[in-house]
Amino acid sequence: MVTATSPAFKQNARRAIGDASLQKALANSRPQFMARRARAVAALPEFEQLREIARDIKDHTLAHLDFYLEEWESKVLASGGNVHWCHDADEARAAVLAICRAANARTVTKGKSMVSEELGINEHLEQHGIQPIETDLGEYIIQLRHEPPSHIIAPAFHLNRDDWEREFRKAHTDLPADRVFAERRDILTEARAKLRQRFIAADVGITGANFLVAETGSSVIVTNEGNGDLTQTLPRVHIVVATIEKIVPTIEDALSLLRVLARSATGQEFSVYTTFSTGPRRAADLDGPADYHVVVVDNGRSAMLGSEFQPMLRCIRCAACMNHCPVYGAIGGHAYGWVYPGPMGAVLTPSLIGVDKAGNLPNASTFCGKCESVCPVKIPLPALMRHWREREFERHLEPAATRRGLALWGWFARRPALYRLVTRAGAAVLGRLGGKRGRLRRLPFAGGWTVGRDLPAPEGDTFFARYDRIGRARSGRPDDGEGAANRGRAQ
Amino acid sequence: MSKDTVLTAIRRGLRRGPLGEDQVAGLRARLAAHPRHLIPRRSRVPHTEQVALFVANVEREFGTVARVPGLDAVPEALAFYLAEQNLPTELVMAPHPELRAIPWATRPLLRIREGRAEPSDTVSLQHAFAGIAETGTLMLPSSPERPTTLNLLADTAVVLLRASRLVGAYEEAWDLLRDEIGAMPRNVMLVTGPSRSADIEQSLELGAHGPRRLHVLLVEDGATRSG
Repeated sequence: MVTATSPAFKQNARRAIGDASLQKALANSRPQFMARRARAVAALPEFEQLREIARDIKDHTLAHLDFYLEEWESKVLASGGNVHWCHDADEARAAVLAICRAANARTVTKGKSMVSEELGINEHLEQHGIQPIETDLGEYIIQLRHEPPSHIIAPAFHLNRDDWEREFRKAHTDLPADRVFAERRDILTEARAKLRQRFIAADVGITGANFLVAETGSSVIVTNEGNGDLTQTLPRVHIVVATIEKIVPTIEDALSLLRVLARSATGQEFSVYTTFSTGPRRAADLDGPADYHVVVVDNGRSAMLGSEFQPMLRCIRCAACMNHCPVYGAIGGHAYGWVYPGPMGAVLTPSLIGVDKAGNLPNASTFCGKCESVCPVKIPLPALMRHWREREFERHLEPAATRRGLALWGWFARRPALYRLVTRAGAAVLGRLGGKRGRLRRLPFAGGWTVGRDLPAPEGDTFFARYDRIGRARSGRPDDGEGAANRGRAQ
Repeated sequence: MSKDTVLTAIRRGLRRGPLGEDQVAGLRARLAAHPRHLIPRRSRVPHTEQVALFVANVEREFGTVARVPGLDAVPEALAFYLAEQNLPTELVMAPHPELRAIPWATRPLLRIREGRAEPSDTVSLQHAFAGIAETGTLMLPSSPERPTTLNLLADTAVVLLRASRLVGAYEEAWDLLRDEIGAMPRNVMLVTGPSRSADIEQSLELGAHGPRRLHVLLVEDGATRSG
């Protein structure tokens, strides 16, 4: 499995905030993603209803996951394909390697697959003398740079144009050193030519799957570049790597999910290529792979079923949550330290690598709720992060300072008169310090909190004091809650 | 056996054993009926409006559409497009009976090879099984007459779509596929516009790994579909 730097989340985040190049890339890309999704949603009046349908399809499937997996397997076998069931990453890597070896593979082209990142397929193939070649443009450059993706649908989210040019000059040494990249298109054209040769030479193509369809035994991939289709069409052998929760019952179910997927992800109405693959090349076909394999992997998913984290298995990997997350927007994807960043990663990563390693991630949230509001399958991401915080507390995993702070707060909270006295004093002092701006640039003993942001200062008053005033005013005029609240504020 | 390990773990999570016969029957009935969910209203319009919606959507996705009065006029329309784009007149064509029946001899300058596409091909002519107005999408199921490589390898992909094969929603195209082809083809591609990438600074560039241009020859064929 990929080494996680999630335990060092705080150091990662600090470094990311100081990384000018990363900050430039984030500032450029995030608003575009958000604006595109908003436009696509506005153009489809039924979008909210479709989110509910999407959620219900996934819930129905998860409740009958064993049945649909077995149905799907029988259809794959009937169409001449092979299914390899794998309990964990080790089994999955071994299965992929065995298929590649049986095909005498030297090079393997790959479509973008987050599961492949999670399982560490590339490293495993390289260790055994087989060269994996990432063909998604974003994956291609990060493979050249030997770094992991920083975003689940835009792997090179953290890079700027000059990074691309520099990397291409370093990697493509057979091309003239003085060539000019006048436009972004020139970068794309060079990658296209380089990868075209790879597509043709590859012995095996590995893709992920956005969906597996039980009704037909199909795997579905969604791409814009066409790299996934070249990967699964040209080589002799096609391997699909997918986790168990990718199953949907029927084509109609897949179509309903596809209606929300692209709109939530890139803001397109539909991706350029949505492809259903079912088994190997048929008798009279002129193209397509001679062998079709699906490596279907659990790797921690079944342990989430029946737990409070089951809704996370609805995820269709659109990335809307991270595109709209203020925390992701401040630190980018690498700081999260493992394969899945942003809010979905903050929930999924502790499930897959342990809350002892990834406990910082569900804490890195303002609970603003934006992620849940844009999720196409309505995953209650903030609530799930809160569950992780509870588990972390139960297992005594947070730093001693946090526990001491909570214990101190608990001591005061159990002594209401004292609590009110202390909070009133605190609010008054901080309110005055906040001044006209209403913000604090520095806090004594909490420099870590204010080093990257300001603290909104209290208005000089406590909640209790205000509640009391409103209550008094209300008891005077019981029907006029709103007016009473306003009067309370004016006092 | 890993299969048993995985299925047992799933059932443990769901806190139950294998499903009972009644439940299995219910789920099988759902698979057999494959019920539709909500279909957006935008494609619930008469056929002529569906055609207009299809054309508008293809063009929004950076494809182009030429309206062709009949199959006999296809050679001229194709030759015109290639000349206009300054493209060679050599192309690879799907060995589909409808394409083969076109009177290509009227344009002897078009040099046509039938078969799958090779990496050296610059222009391909594919046959669309159906068109979907909802998002301007072409449905291209693989078969010996409709090789998948024709959708992918050439720089310029030209696709012939008969207007009577244009439907509103994805589900309607799948119903046609189930009715007319029956078993699931090896590969079904739903194609919406030419290949593109936004991986460089989220800026859209056309022509990533697939075709840089997608041109639809939309042929009037008299027959119209209802709905």
